[in-house]
Amino acid sequence: MKKSAFLGTAVAATLVAGASFAGTLEDVKAKGHVQCGVSTGLVGFAAADANGNWDGFDVSVCRALAAAVLGDPQAVKFTPTTGKTRFTALASGEVDVLARNTTWTFSRDVDLKFTFIGVNYYDGQGFMVPKALGVSSAKDLDGATVCIQTGTTTELNLADFFRTNNISYEPVPIETNAEAQAQYLAGACDVYTTDASGLAATRATFESPAEHTVLPEIISKEPLGPLVRHGDDQWADIVRWTLNALIAAEELGVTSANVKDSAMSAGKNPEVNRLLGTEGNLGEMLGLSADWAKNAIAAGGNYGEIFERNIGEKTAIGISRGLNAQWTNGGLLYTPPFR
Amino acid sequence: MSTLSDPPKEGFKISQLIYDTRYRSMTIQVIALILFLLAVGWLATNAARNLAELGKPLGFGFLAERAGYDINQKLIEYNSDSSHIRAAFAGVLNTLLVAFLGCLTATVVGVLIGVLRLSKNWLISKMMTIYIEGFRNVPVLLWILVVFGIMIEVTPPPKAFKGENPEAAMTLFDSVAITNQGVFIPRLSFTEFGWGYIIALLIAIFGIRWITKKAKAKQIETGIYPHTFLYKLAAFMVPLLACYFISNVFTKNQDRDFLVRSSGQITTLADMASADERFDYCLVGGNAGSLKGLSVLEEAGVTVRRKKFVTEKGALSDFSKEKCNVISVRESEADEIMAQSRLDKLGTDGTISRTVADFTTGNNIQVDTPELTKKGIPRFEGGTHIRNSLIALWFALSLYTAAFIAETVRSGIQAISKGQTEAAAALGLRSGRIMSLVVLPQALRVIIPPMISQYLNLTKNSSLAIAVGYMDITGTLGGITLNQTGREMECLIILMAIYLVISLTISGIMNWYNERVKLKER
Repeated sequence: MKKSAFLGTAVAATLVAGASFAGTLEDVKAKGHVQCGVSTGLVGFAAADANGNWDGFDVSVCRALAAAVLGDPQAVKFTPTTGKTRFTALASGEVDVLARNTTWTFSRDVDLKFTFIGVNYYDGQGFMVPKALGVSSAKDLDGATVCIQTGTTTELNLADFFRTNNISYEPVPIETNAEAQAQYLAGACDVYTTDASGLAATRATFESPAEHTVLPEIISKEPLGPLVRHGDDQWADIVRWTLNALIAAEELGVTSANVKDSAMSAGKNPEVNRLLGTEGNLGEMLGLSADWAKNAIAAGGNYGEIFERNIGEKTAIGISRGLNAQWTNGGLLYTPPFR
Repeated sequence: MSTLSDPPKEGFKISQLIYDTRYRSMTIQVIALILFLLAVGWLATNAARNLAELGKPLGFGFLAERAGYDINQKLIEYNSDSSHIRAAFAGVLNTLLVAFLGCLTATVVGVLIGVLRLSKNWLISKMMTIYIEGFRNVPVLLWILVVFGIMIEVTPPPKAFKGENPEAAMTLFDSVAITNQGVFIPRLSFTEFGWGYIIALLIAIFGIRWITKKAKAKQIETGIYPHTFLYKLAAFMVPLLACYFISNVFTKNQDRDFLVRSSGQITTLADMASADERFDYCLVGGNAGSLKGLSVLEEAGVTVRRKKFVTEKGALSDFSKEKCNVISVRESEADEIMAQSRLDKLGTDGTISRTVADFTTGNNIQVDTPELTKKGIPRFEGGTHIRNSLIALWFALSLYTAAFIAETVRSGIQAISKGQTEAAAALGLRSGRIMSLVVLPQALRVIIPPMISQYLNLTKNSSLAIAVGYMDITGTLGGITLNQTGREMECLIILMAIYLVISLTISGIMNWYNERVKLKER
């Protein structure tokens, strides 16, 4: 059965029939910035600092994209979106790209008419509990009060997990991560569940992170990635290959430190040359300048650098690469070749 | 002789539509109507065309699909396998619950405050003014969040009730627990004759009204109002007690058995206590027999986890789906249920055995008191769980709307001529009786029409429930269902239709009441 999504919220939105969704690249170039949908605030992934500057793992994707398209990593405007508003924001054209730890699922891709352009973080849903609760497995959570962000896949995964394991629980639906945190810390819910990366990021902001533990069970696959609207393949290609360029750069050893030198003249590795535009015309094929990938990498470094700086083991969040290592290191990151 | 002839018959000219005052107003109305319909049609076709362009025609089939999410507060049987429409229905009931509780509380508080604001006592009247201005001038959403914040931050978590010297204790003879996960109060459990009490209560109300009528008749006849208190007490108690004793005859000694689904044969409670298995007990909320079964199991030393259901049917359905494995049923129905559950689950492992426990339903009213769990995560089990979200919404909406109702009541009272009060005082009535017998009944006529709007406001404001995670219709159909299916247009159309029906029903009932109390002019 075909299902629909979109519009509706505001009949007014339906009136903007003239707003064409094709030609996002021209729109972006015309307005001079990329409008990027991010989360309302998840430390390490997307959070604004005291000066209103956005930073984080998802934000870096937007910055790289702006650098690739417009040559300036600062030419991004951010729209904070909640789990509920994000799809409407993207579908209505309010944002050009949504980089907001969004799980790639069949129905979102096919039915909601979005194009997921890849995966920038392989995640899974986990549970965080206070150590004092004395729970070591999610199967011991019988009767627990669980805080959960509404409008996300975690809500459905949770219901399925408890139903299949025959455990009862009390769901407390919550709109944003910040509210969930407040309720969890007050003890109004025993458990907080969301993607394991989100749990780690949330725990890092606690006064005493050591008093909380993430349970070993990962109850779902959550491939998180940026997404764009259906129907504008050129724009989808640009976002997809910008992300791929970041991943390939790490694999090929191109970093923010050496990217300028490497891009000066053609080097020994032809794939690096093609990536950085010193050989071939990949940029032109995308409708961008030849140094698009160089700009993207120079914006915040390659995938590995972005990871380590925002959420890596040396940060307060302290996530290990795990599944998000390059395929050559036993991870799942595997970008198609640049040729 | 001059003759007055008829005005010359002229044919109708098009220009008359504009220049002839007889037709002009009609022309303008017709044109305005056409323009309005065109605008509506343009909006509708535009929306339909845009949806069709996206390949998503309007359709409501998604409502029958599996919802997949859970709802914490449900007044009907619902689980994640239920359909979206059932989730919507559960949401409607939650909306109606909070609207009903809110309207009731707001009316009581509002009338009280409105009367007190006119008090001659300076302190009281000023305090009421502060209350009204404070609540009326701050958005209701903030009040909801404030009450919710207080409930979460000020009250102790369940774990504070644990231990030798707990930091917190239950109130009201250990029957009510106020925690930051909600308030737990005792709940009455009935047998299948529970509806008998409703009938008994109706009989009691009619009895009391009949006695009052008789007493009034006697007062008119003799001038003396007879003492009726004892008669009324009897009229109230006798039907309820009769119901209690009669239904106890039927249910007290009703034999009950346990049906247990397990890998081995389990025929006695001792088998259960020693079995190395996890037992989930299907507990039917508010059912005395089911509750008794739980206490029988606990006395025999069997550890069970409770799985709560709203109806016996729901419990049986999940029992046959292996979602819980112990259930207490009436002995007379045990065989049939056993056979049915076997048929439902042919070919699966595990047998259903009948455990003879020799227990009876017992008293037809039993109290289910909340208690702290002894093992596992500290929390309260049993009783009725009033969630913080409901409390926050209920309180904030009531207090907020009460401020408006108070002003309505005050204006209604002030609309009654002072002469009425003075006349009543001249008859020797005390001030309390002047208010209740003379002023308020007349003020009611002024108060009711604006009161309808206040009830409608409260009901519609209940859609702010989403702010505290209360699963009303906006939270289920307009929230999670909308989000998970992406059917925004359809969900919002249904949502608007539901609020429209609720609002029209409320104003219909109130208008009927208004017709009854308003001044009859003949």
